[in-house]
Amino acid sequence: MTPAISVSQLTKKYGEIDAVRGIDFEVAAGETFGFLGPNGAGKSTTIKILCTLADPTSGTARVAGHDVVRERDTVRRNIGLVFQDTTLDSYLTGEQNLRFHADLYGVPKAAFAPRLRQVLEMVGLWDRRGGVVATYSGGMKRRLEIARGLLHAPRVLFLDEPTVGLDPQTRVSIWEYVNDLKKREDITIFLTTHYMDEAEHCDRIAIIDHGKIVAIDTPEALKASIGKDRVQISTADDQEAIRSLAEVFGIEAAMHEGLVTFSVESGEHFVPRLFADMPIGIQSVSVSRPSLDDVFMSYTGKTIRDAEATVGDRNRMIATRFGRR
Amino acid sequence: MATKDIPAKDIPAEDTSAQDALEAQERDLTELIRVAVPERSIRADLRAVSIVWRRELIRFRTDRLRAVTSLVQPFLFLFVLGNGLGRLASHGLPAGVDFETFIYPGVLAMSVLFTSIFSAASIVWDREFGFLREMLVAPVRRWAIVVGKCLGGATVATFQGIIFLALAGVAHVPYSPTLLLTLVGELLLLAFTLTAFGVMMAARIKQIQAFMALTQLLVLPLFFLSGALYPLNGLPAWLTVLTRIDPLTYIVDPMRHAVFAHLSVSPLALKALSPGVTWDGWLVPIGLSVAMVAVIGVVMLAIAIAEFRKTE
Repeated sequence: MTPAISVSQLTKKYGEIDAVRGIDFEVAAGETFGFLGPNGAGKSTTIKILCTLADPTSGTARVAGHDVVRERDTVRRNIGLVFQDTTLDSYLTGEQNLRFHADLYGVPKAAFAPRLRQVLEMVGLWDRRGGVVATYSGGMKRRLEIARGLLHAPRVLFLDEPTVGLDPQTRVSIWEYVNDLKKREDITIFLTTHYMDEAEHCDRIAIIDHGKIVAIDTPEALKASIGKDRVQISTADDQEAIRSLAEVFGIEAAMHEGLVTFSVESGEHFVPRLFADMPIGIQSVSVSRPSLDDVFMSYTGKTIRDAEATVGDRNRMIATRFGRR
Repeated sequence: MATKDIPAKDIPAEDTSAQDALEAQERDLTELIRVAVPERSIRADLRAVSIVWRRELIRFRTDRLRAVTSLVQPFLFLFVLGNGLGRLASHGLPAGVDFETFIYPGVLAMSVLFTSIFSAASIVWDREFGFLREMLVAPVRRWAIVVGKCLGGATVATFQGIIFLALAGVAHVPYSPTLLLTLVGELLLLAFTLTAFGVMMAARIKQIQAFMALTQLLVLPLFFLSGALYPLNGLPAWLTVLTRIDPLTYIVDPMRHAVFAHLSVSPLALKALSPGVTWDGWLVPIGLSVAMVAVIGVVMLAIAIAEFRKTE
């Protein structure tokens, strides 16, 4: 069976800036595949190339078995897109937006009405179809976009940061719709996110940092590969604490998110030893099982929030050079 | 204390969606409706032209305020400026011709000027609000999007012109069917060319403020140099040159020609008021004028299409 997506040696330069630096991966048909990384890591650039919105500088990418550069229109017919920013016409009604899409994608007229109902009911917007999109809430708009992305029954659905800018409750509900959709439609989903917890919804994930894939596997396997618990403590003197951890326990600790952070095998057994042998006062302690956040940290040496802080400048540079796209 | 009813639709409703979804599940929609998107064809492209065009009409219909506001300026020109200046200008006008009648064709052209270019500005808005992307990733040729947009803008602007055309009688322009048809045809051509010009600009200019500023910068000079408010003969040399460069001249003149052909004025008055466009003494035929405007429109359309075909 041909993979839904296959990417080989893909690079993309914007002037001097390497947004994507040679990535390879494959996504099997029916899989839900996540691209995980901080803002500016190259996720959106990759998705733009896969959606034929940008040409690669070098390398190849095939989606639904077709080359994204040479068979652009065939690729476009086979993909559905939900972007980070809304791409709805807020002056039209929900139904009018979908009708516009159906005509652009050449959805057969006889199939339109039943399919419209199906996708709108799937996202719970059938009763609101006559409302002007400007009156929709953020979550409703995102759901309408998901419905629109599915209208022409694509083989691959791209979700670029599908929950960014939504409140936590709405984020959860969007994921319910997506998981539900996986059960109903025969579809491959490619998504990007910088929320670690959301990556858990994927069958496999690739961690991308500075335009390169640093790890690619199932969420479970990636977490298992770390094998350690993460301990974060706050102390009276953090620098002194890091030194003591090295001297007393031989543990390498670092500051992350304002806390002394380190990894140990079975954290719950380590904490009593920590309190017994640590020469300086500990104000609080937290132990967490390896999460994808830890996976990200172990592969890139920083938490995703640290990465975002440093990548901000690079983003701004790209933004001022190329304007908003 | 008075209470005010808030219309329900203005509330960004947090919806009853959870329940909807449940009902949907109960109705059991697990059976997938198969949609086979056909291969790309000219018919698919024409369907795209049609929907992009219809979207412009839908938006125009729902935006009545725009329709009203863009008619304010031509109204001011015709009735306020026309009446005011008319007292002064009447000394230079032959008996039986009002100043309003004289400027009517030019102001009619103006009535589509703003609407056409602002229709094109909606591309810049669409880019700002992301909708342009929805159109650009569709499996249709880019020309279909651009042509649909230009036709949509042209239709909306011409419609606006027709509203203004209904007032012809107030400016003592007769309601002759042939005259009205000629004028509608010329308005359509003008509106199409202007929209193509706007779309061409919108391909390059990505900020709405910059687009608006440039429009303001261009529209009034184009209008004032077109001979909409004065005859094109006996002007100082520099102004003669500028009026001949202004593309709008070549549509205002045929429109005035059409209007004057339906008035009963002496040949002498006709020569004074509707002298036609001359190039160094050579009278440019009406057909050539109209053809030039059409060619300019098509060239701009081609440039706009080429611009939108570029990928990152």
